[in-house]
Amino acid sequence: MVAEARPRWGDAEVVAAVDVADGIRRITLRRGAREPRRAPAGSHLDVEVDLGGGRRDVRSYSIVSSDETATEVSLSVLAVADSRGGSRHMHALATGDRLRCTQPLQNFELRPGHARQVLLAGGVGITALLAMGEILARRGADHAFVYAGRTRGAMAYLDDVVERHGDAARIHVDDEGTPLDVPTLVAEIAAHPAGHDTELYMCGPIRLMDAVRRAWADAGLPTHHLRFETFGSSGWFTPEEFEVVVPRLGLTRTVRADSTVLETLAEAGVEMMYDCRKGECGLCQVDVVDVDGHVDHRDVFFSADEHRTTRRMCTCVSRAARGDDRASAGAAVLTLDLP
Amino acid sequence: MSVLDQHRTTTAKIFPHPLDAWYVAAWDHEVTARKPLARTVAGRPLALFRTPDGRAAALADACWHRLAPLSMGELTPEGGIQCPYHGLRYDASGRCTSMPAQQTVNPSAAVPSYPVVERYRYVWVWVGDAEKADPDLVPDMSQMDSPEWAGDGLLIEAPCNYQLVLDNLMDLTHEEFVHGSSIGQAELSESEFDTTHDGDTVTVSRWMRDIDPPPFWAKNMRDKFPDFTGRVDRWQIIHYRAPSTICIDVGVAKAGTGAPEGDRSQGVNGYVMNTITPETDRSCHYFWAFMRNYRLESQLITTQLRQGVEGVFAEDEAMLTAQQRAIDAHPDYEFYSLNIDAGGMWVRRILEAMLRAEGRLDEPADRPTDLTRAG
Repeated sequence: MVAEARPRWGDAEVVAAVDVADGIRRITLRRGAREPRRAPAGSHLDVEVDLGGGRRDVRSYSIVSSDETATEVSLSVLAVADSRGGSRHMHALATGDRLRCTQPLQNFELRPGHARQVLLAGGVGITALLAMGEILARRGADHAFVYAGRTRGAMAYLDDVVERHGDAARIHVDDEGTPLDVPTLVAEIAAHPAGHDTELYMCGPIRLMDAVRRAWADAGLPTHHLRFETFGSSGWFTPEEFEVVVPRLGLTRTVRADSTVLETLAEAGVEMMYDCRKGECGLCQVDVVDVDGHVDHRDVFFSADEHRTTRRMCTCVSRAARGDDRASAGAAVLTLDLP
Repeated sequence: MSVLDQHRTTTAKIFPHPLDAWYVAAWDHEVTARKPLARTVAGRPLALFRTPDGRAAALADACWHRLAPLSMGELTPEGGIQCPYHGLRYDASGRCTSMPAQQTVNPSAAVPSYPVVERYRYVWVWVGDAEKADPDLVPDMSQMDSPEWAGDGLLIEAPCNYQLVLDNLMDLTHEEFVHGSSIGQAELSESEFDTTHDGDTVTVSRWMRDIDPPPFWAKNMRDKFPDFTGRVDRWQIIHYRAPSTICIDVGVAKAGTGAPEGDRSQGVNGYVMNTITPETDRSCHYFWAFMRNYRLESQLITTQLRQGVEGVFAEDEAMLTAQQRAIDAHPDYEFYSLNIDAGGMWVRRILEAMLRAEGRLDEPADRPTDLTRAG
């Protein structure tokens, strides 16, 4: 089923927290709310994290396992050295601690209908794929489970993958001299009799996913067969405050860092058309007349070429940013024309 | 509340259907790579088709965009389906692969796709929780494509709740009254029967010894033993497997030649294969076939048996149609049970447990206007 889009926030209690690999901690939450069924494979929770100094933010963590009503769900979190504080907060959690989280949210759904599925996990990316692997194994589906990591000790759930998937499991460990070679993997997928009807589900470091995307395109495999978890399209720049100007309406407004062009213009009384508010449908697009700074495209409606030429933008998610030279030049200024 | 009050829905007149189950959506030959087949399974309208390499696919029959039925569209050379209204294309997993008037495809755009298994000459679909769709849960109907058996069947679109068909098949005493000219005889009601149940199966066995064969069975005996005359031992062993598959081991053998003790060599044996797929609360797809284990080479006998059983089942269809109409015309009347209903009542008990496991036991069963199919 298509994802349930609207997050419902509720309270949860930590009922277990244990290390499952070097730097990876498995945290089990008991939510106050019940769902009609278990958390689907590929789903995640949005969790409110305490960044210290009274600042709070939201992080998304894949659900590794769940009970029948998605009341008790387990996440696995990697401690990141240069983290903005989210993983530090999660690793400090102890049994009995309370936090706020959403119901399971799904935008990385495993779908039946293809001849073959390949799962590719890089490091902690295993968390998004473990439950999918379980389903494929149970169905007896034609699949492969590729799991790559730096060291065996840092690879959570490695024994589970090997045991559950047997010959379908393919393990790559950098410090054992068996690193994953992406072009080789993709070439093998393409050469398989079901190659052009194979879906690859991947979750891992951006570097790995970029390499796969390039190899996938080079092999001429269908783009929509490549499925990945992005946790919402993030931009090139951290959201910052900027000015939006609509000369035809004689309008100038400030778009706050936590608001959008669409919301700001609507608040100013401009009748805006929109629907998805996720940068997908393209209904909220407007013409870009000029930008002092950069347009930070965050939608998936326009193509890469259209993002480059920046004739139009999606006002629900895309922004303007000064970026690195913000201090010297002041806020970015975005000049628009509306339909 | 007494412990005996927990099964209050067992005699529900409009029985809800489990969703976490394999249901037959179509005969294998009905699903093609030429054009989509529209069929509603367990309340879910589906578009069924095959990819060029022959794999069957089942998608929700409504485009992601404005819900136009995909089954009215064309199949694409890539093995997907194209919406008949604005041309959005989907692959066999239901992901949108092409949208009009834009360079990209919204990654959220998809229609639900359902797990499909092809087995025993049928295309089976699971419309419930896909993560539970274990192919090993497909009920055994192995006579359908075994080299030891030959036969064929058809599909009846029955305008009644699926449970009425299960009731019909779990108690064959109705044959005396509904099928008097072919397989019915008074001995059906006069003979003892034995009902057992285990997990998600129910078995009802009946042996009628030293009786005159009814016309249908006399003919079958002469197909195998051309000189046959005289009396027979007749058996009906009804095997139910949840949620709605009933395979009936039927046959007759020359009286006193040891069939009840296990030697059926002096007889003819058939298997009546039935699997019933709920469509709406008041309609179902009734897939049946008659398989036999003698004269396998004879297409003539296959055709005669298919036509003969078709005639018999048309009598059931007329009764089930009239029964549903009477049920709906008497909303305040209840069902009462007879001792012959033991098999059917165990079936209802098993279905009740499945519905409870899905948290759907309290769902209002009586939804008189919730009809996906008109009429």
